[in-house]
Amino acid sequence: MSEGVLKGRHSMTGEEACAEGAIAAGCQFFAGYPSAPSLGVADRLARRLPEVGGTYVQMEDAAGAISSVVGASWAGAKAMTATSGMGIGLMQEEISYAVATETPCVIVDVQREGHRGGALEDLVQSRCGPHGPHEIVVFAPASPQEMFDLTICAFSAAEKFRTPVLIAADTFVGHGREAVEMPREEEIPFVWRRIAVADEEGEEVRGFLETWVAPMPVIGRGLKAHVTASCHDAYGRRTALDAGALDRFVRALCGKIQRYRGDLTITEAEGPEEARVALVGYGSAGRVAQATARRAYEEGLPVEAFRLTTLWPFPESEVADLARRVKTILVLEDNLGQMVHYIRAAAQGGAEVVFLPPEAVGALHRPAYVLEKIQEVLS
Amino acid sequence: MTKALRHPLTDYIRRGAEMTPLCAGCGSGIVAQAILRAIHRLNLDMDDLVFVSGIGCAGWIPSPYFNADTLHTMPGRSVAVATGVKLFRPGLKVVVISGDGDLVGLGGNHLLHAARRGAGLVVVCVNNGVYELTGGQTTPGLASEIPTFGEYAPPFDACDLMRAAGATYVARWTVYHALDLSLSVQKALLHPGFSFIEAVSYCRTHAGPRVGSRGPVEMMQLYRDRAVPVERVRALGLTGLRGRWAVGEFVGPRTTPCEAEEEDLPEVVLNPT
Repeated sequence: MSEGVLKGRHSMTGEEACAEGAIAAGCQFFAGYPSAPSLGVADRLARRLPEVGGTYVQMEDAAGAISSVVGASWAGAKAMTATSGMGIGLMQEEISYAVATETPCVIVDVQREGHRGGALEDLVQSRCGPHGPHEIVVFAPASPQEMFDLTICAFSAAEKFRTPVLIAADTFVGHGREAVEMPREEEIPFVWRRIAVADEEGEEVRGFLETWVAPMPVIGRGLKAHVTASCHDAYGRRTALDAGALDRFVRALCGKIQRYRGDLTITEAEGPEEARVALVGYGSAGRVAQATARRAYEEGLPVEAFRLTTLWPFPESEVADLARRVKTILVLEDNLGQMVHYIRAAAQGGAEVVFLPPEAVGALHRPAYVLEKIQEVLS
Repeated sequence: MTKALRHPLTDYIRRGAEMTPLCAGCGSGIVAQAILRAIHRLNLDMDDLVFVSGIGCAGWIPSPYFNADTLHTMPGRSVAVATGVKLFRPGLKVVVISGDGDLVGLGGNHLLHAARRGAGLVVVCVNNGVYELTGGQTTPGLASEIPTFGEYAPPFDACDLMRAAGATYVARWTVYHALDLSLSVQKALLHPGFSFIEAVSYCRTHAGPRVGSRGPVEMMQLYRDRAVPVERVRALGLTGLRGRWAVGEFVGPRTTPCEAEEEDLPEVVLNPT
């Protein structure tokens, strides 16, 4: 295998594509703990990162992996970890810490299929799992190509907004093998965090929460960073006595994601204007939605597909628009209903929201099964 | 003519963070000075040092008070965070300062594996046997002999644990041995491998009253009387000390973990016939 960023067209699994996307985005540090079905990411990076001058370490547990990612990120690295159901559960405390300390990092969660200790059930957890008031960014790729593209997107968003970004993949996407087109190097967005500079006196470094996304006082540069997840002021100093500081701290953390949600929201609508039914899904269920909608259209049914690529911040206005366009929203998820509640809330009664569980948990929806449901809804 | 007195370590304290949150007479002040004096003697630049601490009173020793990069991390995770820093910036001296509850209890697994991995971290474990910040509950460390909430299990000997895990410099002192403690920190700062220093401290607020001592002076006297030099323990061939503590250097500084060197083994083990 050649050194550096891969170019051209390759047949690879979603996990391999994710690892290559990380390298293309400039990832320099990966800490992992073996957790199926995310192993492909770590396996690939263990071999590839040293080739591009990066660092790979296997830690003693998933909490250790995300902790060392946080440490490496503060030391200036673009850093990532990958895990699955149980590991992501262990990482919640540290993800909360990364949110509160505004630590850029990427966390890949290749969720398990079915009910073997995980299921595709980490979607609400990825939003609500970490303690403390926060907003978070979660992308749901639907193909190996998107594993590549969205890993680059995740690094860009993490660096730009100084926040942890999650990639919530499912096993079909992670293990599935497809053609992946690597863009030319100059086409790859390469985003770095803004780094603080010491002021003339070389004393206090203004930074934390001063602006929506403050420059980061990366350690080892004489900036005397004071990093704490406790409520802190514009200098990073912990403050427990100033009631106003807590208000500013929490509002700034949540505000920066809310303010730039437009930059972070990716959705894909596909279908005729006169559509009366929308199939909504994400990940591999999103692809089933698209494939079924195309088949329905060929059969002359007014069906649109709507795929959520950004799960959080939740694309509320996009779903609200959809609810105004169609009469019925049919939600496909590879679980017993996670995002459907948020979709229903965003639809605000504009369209009827119907949940379509998989025939068997752990198996993809068959298009014929979905088509049957569409006929039922339309009649 | 009067001249304002200036503490010789003033330059090592972050400006605007002069007021300590620690109780008057707390042993942590001695640990803080032992570390800063070692840095001062070595004439190290504070910009080349990173201090990583966990949660608990000992976490407040460096953060935010030391005039360097300080990372105040999560309960138990300080060593794992420090590992990430050290692996990515090996040129920095990464010092972890935290309590025994944090390092040996919640973070015990990270500590064990960091010692095994051998990354050049300096871990100063401030062991006072109690979770001070939450009101004095029992921790797993050596000074832990004050059962609260039904904790009667025997304490860990963290130095033994570190030796077995492969640490290449292991020392224990109490805060009564302030100079020895500082000299050990000095050695650790120059040691390229994984260093573990246990600073047996006391909590005068929560633990002191329970062991019948009222103030810091009595606690220091108690610790002085309990400490037995490790050389003497070895000379006498003792395996248990019945509540007394061996102090001194247990391992190294050496280049390889204790178990790795063949010449330590007697002939009869090397060539059994």
